[in-house]
Amino acid sequence: MTMLDLSITDLSARLASREISSSDVTDACLARIAGDNGRFNAFITVLADQARADARRADVETAAGRRRGPLHGVPISLKDLIGLEGVPTTAASGVLRHYVPAADATVAARLREAGAIFLGKCNLHEFAFGTTSEDSAFGPVRNPRDPTRSAGGSSGGSAAAVVTGMGFASIGTDTGGSIRIPSAVCGCVGLKPTSGELPCDGIIPLSPTLDHVGPLARTVADAWLLFQVMAGDPNPRPLPVARVPPPSLRLGLLRPYFMDVLEDVVGDRFGIELGRLAKAGIAVADRAVRHASDIATIYLHLQLPEASSYHAPMLEARPDLYTPPVRQRLELGRYVLAEDYARARVGAEVLRREVDAALEGVDALVLPTVPITAQPIGSAALTIDGQAYPVRGLMLRLTQLFDITGHPAISLPCGRPAGSLPVGLQLVGRRGRTGDLLSLAATVEAVMAQQA
Amino acid sequence: MEAWLRAAVEDAERRGLPELKPLLEGMAQSTIALRAADWNDTVPPSREPDDE
Repeated sequence: MTMLDLSITDLSARLASREISSSDVTDACLARIAGDNGRFNAFITVLADQARADARRADVETAAGRRRGPLHGVPISLKDLIGLEGVPTTAASGVLRHYVPAADATVAARLREAGAIFLGKCNLHEFAFGTTSEDSAFGPVRNPRDPTRSAGGSSGGSAAAVVTGMGFASIGTDTGGSIRIPSAVCGCVGLKPTSGELPCDGIIPLSPTLDHVGPLARTVADAWLLFQVMAGDPNPRPLPVARVPPPSLRLGLLRPYFMDVLEDVVGDRFGIELGRLAKAGIAVADRAVRHASDIATIYLHLQLPEASSYHAPMLEARPDLYTPPVRQRLELGRYVLAEDYARARVGAEVLRREVDAALEGVDALVLPTVPITAQPIGSAALTIDGQAYPVRGLMLRLTQLFDITGHPAISLPCGRPAGSLPVGLQLVGRRGRTGDLLSLAATVEAVMAQQA
Repeated sequence: MEAWLRAAVEDAERRGLPELKPLLEGMAQSTIALRAADWNDTVPPSREPDDE
C-alpha cells in the first residue's frame, strides 16, 4: 500500500503527526494525475501550482499547531460544474468553455476553509445530463477497471479519480444517480444526502428540485467527514467505529420492480453479499413501493422541463456548442406541458410517502445501485432475459427514485472478486437522518470487509 | 396526446430538429402513462423530516 491508497481518516492522522506532509502527498497525487489522466480522462483542469501552494500553506499551519480539522492538507477534486473562484468551470460543455466563476460554490468554500487541497476539476457527462460521462466536450471518461468501458455518470471523472489515487475523494452531484452510479461501476463509495441538506448554490444546476451535491470517497468514514464539512462543520468528529457483529439491524429489501431486471453478475453478487449480511445477524425483510413502475415517467416530467428552463437561452444562442444527444434531450424538455409537470409533482409526493412507508419497521432499505455493470463505451442498449433495454434507463432505474423523494442514499462496493467489474450495494435511509444512514453503512461496510 | 404529438413534431421540424421525432413519440407514451396513473387525485402532504 502506498500513501495514495490511504483513506482520508488514515492520511489525516499521518498529516497531523507530520509523518507525511501535505506537500508530499499533493505532489504524489499530481504525479499520478500526470501519469494516468491520459488513460482515464478524469480531469478537465489540473490546478497543480495552486494545489502545491495550498499544500505548503497547510504544512506551515500544521507545524504551527493550527490544524483546521481532518481535511487539513488532504488533496481532493471537484466535479467541473462546482464553482471555484477564478477557475474555469465548464460543465464539460463547449457552451461554458470560457466561464470563470467569481466566487466559490458554498460547499467548495467550506471545504477550502476546512483545509482541503483542490487538485483540479473532474470530467463529467455534459451538464450532468447523462449516465455514462461519454458526452463531454473534453472526450469520454474511461473506467479505471477497464478503459474500454464507461465510468458511469454523470460524475464519472470524480469516481475514476478516487479509485486511481488521483486524489483522496471528489465532490460530485446527483440528480438521478450521478454520484451513486459512477461510484458503483468504478468501485468506490458515493453518498447522496437528504435533499436540501447541502447547499447547491454556486453549482451549475441540472434540475433544481432533484439536484443534490455529495462526496465520492474510498470509505464510509471518509464520506462522513466530507459530508459534515460541506454541511458547515470544519472540524467534525470521526464516524463512530462500526460494531461487528452488528447490533440488531433490520434492512428492507425492495423487491418488485427493483429486483426484476438485473444483469446476472449483479444479481449474483448482490445475493451473495445480502446472504453474508444475514449470516452476520442483520435481518432482511421484503419491502415494496407500490407505484415503482411510475418512477421513470415522473422523473422524466420533472427533470426535462427543469433542465430546459435553465438552458433555453443558451439553446437559442449557441445550440451548436452542445453535444448532439444532450441538446436533443434539452430540446425535448421544451415540449413538456405545465399540466404534466404539475402531475409529476403530485406523483413525486406519492412516491415520497411510499418510500417513507417502506422504511417503517426497518433501519434502511437495501437494493443494488445499478442493475448492470460498466458497459462498453458507445453502448446504447443491453439485452437482459431476452428483452432489450436502453442503457440510460437501466443506469437510472434503481437510483432516480431517491432523488425524486429526497431520501439519503449511499452506494458501497458490493464484493470485489479479482478481475471482475465492480457492483454497488445501495442503502437508503430516512429523510433528515443522513448521519444515521452513514453509521449503518459503516457497519455494513465492515461486515462485508470482514467476510470478503 | 395525438394532437400534442402532431403539433410538437411539426414544430420540431419547423425549427430544423427532425431528429426529435422519435424522442417526442417516446415522450408521448410516457405522458400517457403519467396521466393514466391512479394517483392523479389529490394526496395529502407527507411529513417533513423535522416531524419524524
